[in-house]
Amino acid sequence: MSDPTLRELPIAVVRGKIEAGDLSPDEYATAFDGLGDELNACLWQREEAPEPGAGPLGGIPVAVKDIFCTEGVPTTAGSKILEGYVPPYTASAVAKLEAAGASVLSKTNMDEFAMGSSNENSAYGDVLNPWDHARVPGGSSGGSAAAVAGGLAPCAIGTDTGGSIRQPASLCGIVGLKPTYGAISRFGMIAFASSLDQCGPLTRDVKDAALLLRELEGRDPRDSTSTGIPGGVELPEATDLAGVRFGVAPGFSGAAEGVEADVSELFSATVDLIEARGGEIADIDLPNAAHGLSAYYVIAPAEASANLARFDGVRYGMRSEGADNLGEMYERTRSQGFGAEVKRRIMLGTYALSSGYYDAYYGQAQRVRTKIADDFRTAFESCDFVITPTSPSVAFERGARTKDPLAMYLSDFFTVPMSLAGIPAISIPAGLGSETGLPVGFQIAGPAFSETRLLGAAHAVEAAIGFEARPPS
Amino acid sequence: MIDREQVLHVARLARLELSHAEVETIASELSGILKHVDRISELDLEGVEPTSHVVALENVLRADEPRPSLDRKRALAPAPDPVDGAFRVPSPGPS
Repeated sequence: MSDPTLRELPIAVVRGKIEAGDLSPDEYATAFDGLGDELNACLWQREEAPEPGAGPLGGIPVAVKDIFCTEGVPTTAGSKILEGYVPPYTASAVAKLEAAGASVLSKTNMDEFAMGSSNENSAYGDVLNPWDHARVPGGSSGGSAAAVAGGLAPCAIGTDTGGSIRQPASLCGIVGLKPTYGAISRFGMIAFASSLDQCGPLTRDVKDAALLLRELEGRDPRDSTSTGIPGGVELPEATDLAGVRFGVAPGFSGAAEGVEADVSELFSATVDLIEARGGEIADIDLPNAAHGLSAYYVIAPAEASANLARFDGVRYGMRSEGADNLGEMYERTRSQGFGAEVKRRIMLGTYALSSGYYDAYYGQAQRVRTKIADDFRTAFESCDFVITPTSPSVAFERGARTKDPLAMYLSDFFTVPMSLAGIPAISIPAGLGSETGLPVGFQIAGPAFSETRLLGAAHAVEAAIGFEARPPS
Repeated sequence: MIDREQVLHVARLARLELSHAEVETIASELSGILKHVDRISELDLEGVEPTSHVVALENVLRADEPRPSLDRKRALAPAPDPVDGAFRVPSPGPS
């Protein structure tokens, strides 16, 4: 068993030690191998570490959400329909990390096709929250978040469509960043809702998120919606917040309806810390943000119902045997291969797009999306960043919301509007709740392509919070 | 409210074969979700442009130059029933 303190180090510190000759890249590269997986965070773990690569991420192992195609390594997206699928190519995001010297340590468990907020929709079993095994790690990037928080990986990548990086980061007490839509290539990332899906890092701290984002971002000819981040990403150093304005919208803050006591308490405490560091709090209005969930749960399922049409038993994954004809083969394969939540969303999306309902649902949801994006644009005229809790609750108990899809969807209340607006948002740990003793996340969102500034502000807020707690071992 | 018939119609469109139990559950779950979603149908958004893509992008073009694509053998390797360089499927049957 490797030195646990080595596994706790942020990767920026590790890279510093490797460059100074204080740490052997070989020793570090193997520190995460052979640890087992009592959290069920991984769907695949490598047998042995490769030679440490050269580059800014040289020797850094990365846990990769199982939604990214990896050549020669099984990729399931948490679904039975892709059981045994070994992709013939590697996602651009993973290839870029490898080109920077990093290596794929594991493929992490996730809600099937990234649909879920608790990781209870994986065909390969629940992921346990390292802070309390009776609770969920959040989702859909639950395996990535649990792996980092539980010391199984120093950093990870995940995907965020309506909160799937930020919410699990919040529930596991780590940092999770959803970049601006288009910042990172989606090539080789199995599509859920194409106008919302975005790759991003899950890390121990804000600087590590910047370190990964710097390598991940960029335009990719194989994803025509990718733009990269103009001007690139600078590593954050700031600890001062003098003159930085943080906008708080009353109905969309720690004071909003349905927010747990631990969450609202730590939201207020963090606001106080921001003011103590010289930051200013501005009252803003996001009148349409509360409609985000309704719009999201039309747009995302509608896009998913089209994207998931490709899983039909013809080209990859499982096929139901014994069907008499092609149509029957499609239907049986899909019915046996998809889990309950995926079927529910395909049905919801197909319904919303079906003749007679298209404009009432999909058209209206897209108009709400316009209003939400406008709300943020207006807000950013009077503040630099918008702050909210990341999730209305701390990690909930496994099984608590599985019977009520709507209650589960409400987990995404604070994260969905930023996804609809395409703007970057980061979740950082605000502390442990006084009632539950569980991590609470704090979300900071900025205008499109403001990543360098956003990471700078998050770094300063992180320094003010000084969160150092680790899950019980 | 979504009834049984509507669920079966949508399932046909989505190429899903649902069990009796699934039809019942999905009918009630979709009704609950749509009740929540219906709140936006009450908003007056007359004249608001719908957003389908959030980042302003012009047509993205590249030079039309031939380049290698995925090798046929590798593309077929993950298929459930590859035969003679193609994907074999059951007959579509009588139409």
